[in-house]
This record gives sequence, C-alpha cells and structure tokens, in this order.
Amino acid sequence: MFRYLTKRILMLIPLMIGITLITFTVIHLAPGEPVEMQMAMNPKVGKEARERLTKFYGLDKPLHEQYFNWVGKIARLDLGRSFSSDNRPVLDKIKERLPVTISLNVIALLIEFGLAIPIGILAATRRDTWLDKGITVFVFIGFAVPTFWLALLLMYFFGVKLAWLPISGLHTLGSDSWGTVRYLADMAQHLIMPVMVASFGSLAGLSRYMRSAMLNVINQDYITTARAKGLSERVVIWKHALRNALLPLITLLGFSIPGLIGGSVIFETIFAIPGMGQLFYQSVMSRDYPVVMGILVIGAFLTLIGNLIADLAYAFADPRIRQGEG
Amino acid sequence: MIVLPGVRCLLMALFSSMVFAACTRSEISPVPAAVVSSSIPATGDSLVEGTIGEASTLIPLLASDASSHAVAGQIYNGLVKYDKNLNIVGDLAKSFDISADGLTITFHLHPGITWHDGAPLTSRDVLYTYRITIDPKTPTAYAEDFKQVKNITAPDIHTIRVTYDSPFAPALASWGVNILPAHLLEGKDITTSPLSRRPVGTGPYRFKEWVSGQKIVLEANKDYFEGRPNIDRFIYRIIPDSSTMYMELKAGGIDLMNLTPVQYARQTAAKSFTRRFNKYRYPSSSYLYMGYNLRHPLFGDKRIRQAITAAINKDELIQGVLFGMGQKAHGPIVPGRWAYNPAVRDIAYDPKHAAELLAEAGWKEKNSDGILVKNGTPFKFTILTNQGNQQRLMTAQIVQQRLRTVGIDVRIRIVEWAAFLKEFVNKGNFEVVMLAWNISQDPDMYDIWHSSKNKPGELNFIGFKNAEVDRLLIEGRNTFDIEKRRRAYFRIQEILAEEQPYTFLYVPDALPVVSARIRGVEPAPAGIGHNQNHWYVPKNEQVY
Repeated sequence: MFRYLTKRILMLIPLMIGITLITFTVIHLAPGEPVEMQMAMNPKVGKEARERLTKFYGLDKPLHEQYFNWVGKIARLDLGRSFSSDNRPVLDKIKERLPVTISLNVIALLIEFGLAIPIGILAATRRDTWLDKGITVFVFIGFAVPTFWLALLLMYFFGVKLAWLPISGLHTLGSDSWGTVRYLADMAQHLIMPVMVASFGSLAGLSRYMRSAMLNVINQDYITTARAKGLSERVVIWKHALRNALLPLITLLGFSIPGLIGGSVIFETIFAIPGMGQLFYQSVMSRDYPVVMGILVIGAFLTLIGNLIADLAYAFADPRIRQGEG
Repeated sequence: MIVLPGVRCLLMALFSSMVFAACTRSEISPVPAAVVSSSIPATGDSLVEGTIGEASTLIPLLASDASSHAVAGQIYNGLVKYDKNLNIVGDLAKSFDISADGLTITFHLHPGITWHDGAPLTSRDVLYTYRITIDPKTPTAYAEDFKQVKNITAPDIHTIRVTYDSPFAPALASWGVNILPAHLLEGKDITTSPLSRRPVGTGPYRFKEWVSGQKIVLEANKDYFEGRPNIDRFIYRIIPDSSTMYMELKAGGIDLMNLTPVQYARQTAAKSFTRRFNKYRYPSSSYLYMGYNLRHPLFGDKRIRQAITAAINKDELIQGVLFGMGQKAHGPIVPGRWAYNPAVRDIAYDPKHAAELLAEAGWKEKNSDGILVKNGTPFKFTILTNQGNQQRLMTAQIVQQRLRTVGIDVRIRIVEWAAFLKEFVNKGNFEVVMLAWNISQDPDMYDIWHSSKNKPGELNFIGFKNAEVDRLLIEGRNTFDIEKRRRAYFRIQEILAEEQPYTFLYVPDALPVVSARIRGVEPAPAGIGHNQNHWYVPKNEQVY
C-alpha cells in the first residue's frame, strides 16, 4: 500500500509540469490580448498607453521566458497578480470566491448523493414498475430542463409571487448587524433555491448510475445465495448488494472533487452568486492570463488529487485492487 | 442577457461624475408614479442600485470599465463637471478662466474642501493627479488629453494654471477626471495601493464596504462641500443577470436599475408596477452603426454604401429590436446636442432608390437566386459583430433580410470580443462590422474620423479618408468658440451623410427605473443622475 501511494504521488510531478505547459500554451494560443481588452475602442488611448500596459504585465518578453517566470512563481505557490485593472493577487481573488463555491457544491453534492442513492436503489428493486418509470421521467426532466429557465421560474414563484425566499445573492442587506444565528439562517434561506436547482440537474446521471449498478449486483449468484439463506430483503439489498453496487459511485465521487471548486457560470450569474464560475468566465473573456491559468492549475491539481483519493478508496473497498498492486 | 466585460469596453470618454449620461431632447418623458405626497426632503434611508458588472478598482485612473467609474463618481470629484444641461461648470474648482488666446486655463479651487480622511484638498492633489496620469509607469488609458498640456503650475494652494501649445477644445472637459489624494498616494506605487479597494475621495459619498461580487456600500459624506446628500447610504448590488435584477426590483430588493427595452415596453406597463416605480426614458449617449471597410473594393463606391443605407428600414429596426425605445441615427452626434445638425438629409428607406443606385454602380443583373451579379461575381458580404449582444444580432438579422430583397446576400458572423478585436478589427480583416460607439459630451471625434488614425488598434479602422473632414476635425478641436465649432461639426455631419462610411442605425434610449419612494428625481438632458445628492425618501416611507 505504501509503495503504491508513493508511486502515485511521484507520478503527480511530471503530470503537473505537463499541465502547466498545456495550460500556458492554450491560453496564449487563444486569439486576443489582455491589453487589447482594456484599451481597445477607447479614443483616449494612445499607442504608448498600450505599450506601457504590455510592459507592465511583462507581455513584451519572449514566450518561453514568460512561461518560466510563471512556473517559477507557481513552484513557490505564487500565482501572480491579475491583469484586470484591480491588479490584485490571483490567490486573493480565488480565495474570496472559493468558500462560497465549495460550500454550495458540497451541500449540493451531499443532496445529490443523498437522493440519488435511494432513488437508484428504489428504481432497481422496483424495476419496470410504475414507480421506476415515474422516477425515470422525473430525473430526466431534471436533466433536460435548462438551469436558467428553472431558476427564473422558481425565483418568480417563490421570490416575487409568494415572497417566501430571497431571489438572489447570499445575504440580505443589513444582515451584517444581525446575530450569528439569524445571519446564518438568512444565508441558508438564500441558498435554498440555488442548491435545489443545482442538485436537480445532476440527479438523473447519478441515480441512473446507481440503478444500473444495483441491478448488476442483484442478478449475481451471491445475492441469490443470500436470499436462499433466508435473509430479509432489507438485509440483502442494504447490506450485501449495496456495498458492491457503491463501488462505481466511489469513482464518481472522486471525479466530483475537482468539480467542487468549479462553478457554473449560468447558474452563478442568474443567482448573483460570486463564485468561481463567474470569475473564470470573466477572466477568460478579458484574457486575464494569470487568473485563468491559476484556476486551471488548481483545478488540474485537484483533479489529480481526486483521482488519487478515488483510487485509494477503491483499493480500500476492493481487496483485489489492493493486492494486485505492483 | 449576459453582458460581457468586453461589451462594456466600448466606452469612449468616461466622465465619472455622471451616472446616467444622456443628452438633450425636449421630450424627455418621465412616467409619473403615484401622486407625490406632500413631504419635505428628509435625510436617512438607503438607495440600492442594481449593477450588472462589478467595479474592478476604485482608483478611477486605473479603471477602464463603466462600473468602476460609476462608483468612483460618487466618491471623487473632478475640477469641472457637466451640469444637468451638459454645460461644463466648476466642481472642485469654484471657477475657472480661459485666457483670450485659449492657451491657458486657470482653475480656482473651492477653499475648505477636505478629503474623507480630513486632510485638506489643495492644488498639490491636482498636480499629483496630472503627474501620475502622464507618468509612463502608470497603466492608464487616460493620459492622452493630458499630454497636450505644455505646462502646469500651482501659484498657490488653491490655484492651478495649465498652458497648452494650441487651443484644445476638449481640454476643459479633460479636467473632469477624478482628482486623487496626493497625501495618500505620492511616492507610493499606485498599482498596488490599498486605495483601489478602500478609496478616499472628496465626493458626496464616502466608501464604507466592498464585499466582492456582492455589494459596494457608500455612506453620505456629512461634510460634503455642497452639503450632505439626503440619502444616508448608496449601495451597489452586483446582479449579473438582467432578468434576476428585474425580479429583485419587483420584490423590493433594489431601488434603481436600467431596464431593457422589452422590460420597459412590455413588462412594466401594469398599474401594479407603475404605482411603485417611476420609469424614465431619454436618448442614451451612443449609437449603433454598420461600418464599411473602405479598403475593400466592394465598398469603395459611395453609391453602394448609399444603396445599402436606402435598403435598410431604420424604423423597423427600432420597432423590432428596441420596441420603439430609440430613434434613428443619421450621423455621429446624438440628436439634441449643440453640435447636432438637424438639417442633414438622411437617406430614407427606399428599396427602389437602392436598386437604382446599385444599377448605376454596375450591379444590374440578378442570378437565379435573385442575387445581384457583376462580371460574374455575386454581391455578397459578411456582417461581423461581437458575441453576447442580442440586440446587435437581431439588428443584423433584420438588415440581412432587407438587403436580400434588393439582391444582396449577407452573412452574419459572430465572434467573441477579444478575438473580434485582435483578428478582425485591428487587422482590417472584415467587410462590414456592426458596432456601437458610446460618445462623450464633447463633440470632438478626431480619433474616429481623422485619416491619420487608421493604424492597427486605432479607431478609424474602416479607413475613412476625406481631406475636408480632416481639416474640419482639427478646426473643431482647436478653438473654444462654440459657433466656429458648431459650423465645423455641422459640415462634418453633412459630409458623412453623403459619404455614408457608416450606415448610422439608431440611438437607443436609456431606460432607468427608480423606486417611487425615492423623491426629487429630476430628468434633464444629462439624465437623472445629475441631482442625486438631492434625492430623498420621506420619513414615513424609509425602509432601511
């Protein structure tokens, strides 16, 4: 196990270098320049102003030099400063948005898994009944409905018509002066709709996955054996079958980890949630290289870590993988 | 509709003292809400404005986006500002004199103005603002006008004297830039200054708090030199989606926003809405146009350009795209401004006339698809526009359909903003572009029309070249005599109407809406933002 772990961790190093190289190349290949984005179409800008800004951002240096400067900084965990006019450290910009995105995603993920697993099991054990079909239709509606549309409908209904829930943002104005409990309750209220919309869309994928994994397991001999032993159906499903059926879901969970720092642009824009999705989108649109590369590198790093954790969890859950190492 | 950051970069001059820049037109139409209750101006309460974009930095010198300038405009002042009728008047400067030869401007500061931290405002702050702006190390977009300055001195702590080499009409307006606090910035690196997130200004509101991506809170400056603003807090809420913002408005979450034409025309007409909100409508300071690449052989002949204009029904565009919330444009000056020439004869919508002009230019035969053909080549071109602007796309589609009826095959290509600039506009690699100009209050348009401004990255990217216009542009900017300037710009508009280097399409209306509890809003040629400090909420209606 230890050797397996060391090997996997050492493998991360060349991967990370490759990732920085690809990230850097891709963003510099995109047409358009950060300086253009700030200066173009403004008659008050002379040629000199452009050159001034190009130099300020170090974009006048040869590409390889820019790359090594950047990687050198990354190695020291410095992501540089944003090219947007606020010129703030990239890390600060990411840090102030990360908690919102992560908490929202974690809550949504918990709800997704918390709902998808029972739904999948239910659908599998009641296979081909009206319940199974009803569930299928329901989750696919969730899958097919455009997020922004659903969000707008909910906002109109719960926010404008009934006035039960706040429409957008994270806090009510003036909530800063309230007590902690009321402050958190207010924030929770703001999160209800976003979390609802976010999890509804992913229910389909996960629950179908769960259903097929469950069906796969249920049809195997050891389940028949368990039933023949006279175990109750509950024990058969929840103890014997579920354990094995969960294996593929562990992989999915691992894959979801990098997703935790990413946000959906559409969704964050609609709900006015200042998360990573908006930051990334705006940075790409304004060719804010350091921010774009910073987010990509962090994302890639988390993907690698996520994969590693998934593999380890897998190895932990399935002795065949653990013992077949080497 | 999501507004891209790039779209907001389409700003010509930004005068941050104005929140809603607009222009003169007699029929500015406020839609009155409930009868104004008899109440005297009271202090207190908050005004919450919804904004699609978040400010990037509150040091306006470094900002190139409208959101930053809107917020900074509440916090800082310039030496001069535009009043509600768009005349330049003193702001921090109590008065200013221009020497008879137009070469020297002397500003006299109001005595006793203090910065929000209590330090006095002096001529040193003005000198610092000038020096840091032209400092080659400062990454700013606003150095150009100040580079015309030959000499600047401060005879005493309340006087600044600026000298120019030749009279420069936009010079006075250029001193509307926000004056920065020298005592906090001098000798420090402005690009890493904490002031970009915690600004200290002289303006009616002082900075209180900025929660990234959520809100910026300003509080009334009780020591403001023109008297404290009535409303205690000015809060900008960042809501990137206009549908969400509109719902927030209806739910009472915000008090002020700009409506889209469809919201104005269709969704806010009900009594239940007009009872709670006042809608305003006046021409915005911008126009949409189709610019022809004049280096392209197809568009070298002005008859072709005139024909295309004649084939486009501008009224239909305004009805279809703006729900009637706009007016036809036929030149680069927005109707109602002093430099606007009302006598210019616009090319009216007349497809028959268009066909005649095209025939004169040699496009007579049509092929089996009904497309005009000359020497075997069909008449076709591509309209290029930027991604993320639904109004532009719809306009292009209507134009496409109209031109098809006279036998011109138009394609539409949408390109993301950064690539649009770099790969197409700057390289002159386009046939026709559809874009908008936001225009400054001063009519100087040297940078857009002068033939010298056609290098990559400059604004005469269509390659317009007209000796008379070149001369008139210089004449117009080199005198303070408004009659002389008017004559120059009137003639320029006549030439442009004849030459049609652009097909000027329309001037959209600005459509702000304000909660009815906010009183004292007074629409004027400058929009509604000019007297914001006098807005108030009657005591019995205050909610915050």
